[in-house]
Amino acid sequence: MLDDIDRRLLRLLQADAARGVPELADAIGLTPAKVTRRLDRLREDGVLKGSRAIINWAALGYAVSVSLRITLDKTVSRAFDDFIAGARKVPEVIEIQTFLGRVDVRLSLIAKDLPDYQRIYREQVLPLPHIADIEALMTVASVKSDESLPL
Amino acid sequence: MTLDDLDFALLRSLAANADQSTKQLGQKLGLSQSATWRRIKRLQDAGVIAGRSLVLDAEKVGFGVTVFLGVKLATKGRVSLEDFERAIGAIPEVQTVDHVLGLYDYRLRVVATDLADFERVLRRRIMTMPGVGDVEANVLLSEERRPGPI
Repeated sequence: MLDDIDRRLLRLLQADAARGVPELADAIGLTPAKVTRRLDRLREDGVLKGSRAIINWAALGYAVSVSLRITLDKTVSRAFDDFIAGARKVPEVIEIQTFLGRVDVRLSLIAKDLPDYQRIYREQVLPLPHIADIEALMTVASVKSDESLPL
Repeated sequence: MTLDDLDFALLRSLAANADQSTKQLGQKLGLSQSATWRRIKRLQDAGVIAGRSLVLDAEKVGFGVTVFLGVKLATKGRVSLEDFERAIGAIPEVQTVDHVLGLYDYRLRVVATDLADFERVLRRRIMTMPGVGDVEANVLLSEERRPGPI
């Protein structure tokens, strides 16, 4: 279980994952050794799984971002597995999520521009297996994207 | 900005694990520590690396439920989008807000401790917001991030 100090540590790291142990120790009022021990424990417990660099796809020329909401043909027993295995082979798919609800799977797809999107959509997405229905939401603007947890 | 294969390899490696030191990364890619550092700096300065995000096990810190919400505004033109975006973004449980074109106007990612907690957030904080019309909720079962076209 997390205590208040763990939560404060994680909040600080969520705001800036590059913070080092000395800075964290200063902010919290613990010795660096104690901070290190807590971080090690959080890692061992699988709470803290690391960090990753955030890639700004727009800066790499991928100006279009589309959320594809897919309903699968569930009469086929392997619908999810087959579909996801196929979606993994599309390089422009950056997220795959499965849901309980009206939508079965969601793909986050990026493309350089609209003709590029249309090409990927027609040549690589539509041929994926067991699609019953597909809806697209095109991102106009990302208002909030930090994905931090309200610890 | 033109990137070469080493830049792409660096991006792939850092997107998977940003805790690696420049020394470790350099060894993997056959670069010196300083050359690795210079390349990372260049990618940061160009805005290609937009930051670093912590990876937490949401369930282990008490957030057992993630829901994606599609929100349609009921009274378009009468509600200021800026006001709506500011208010919805200020709800701590709302992790992401995207303004979208299509069936819905906004796509939200919301976390909650459990379904009862989610219902509380939805009813008390989101549905009460001026202008919110049709809402569709889908509960996240699994999630996978892919490296992308690099």
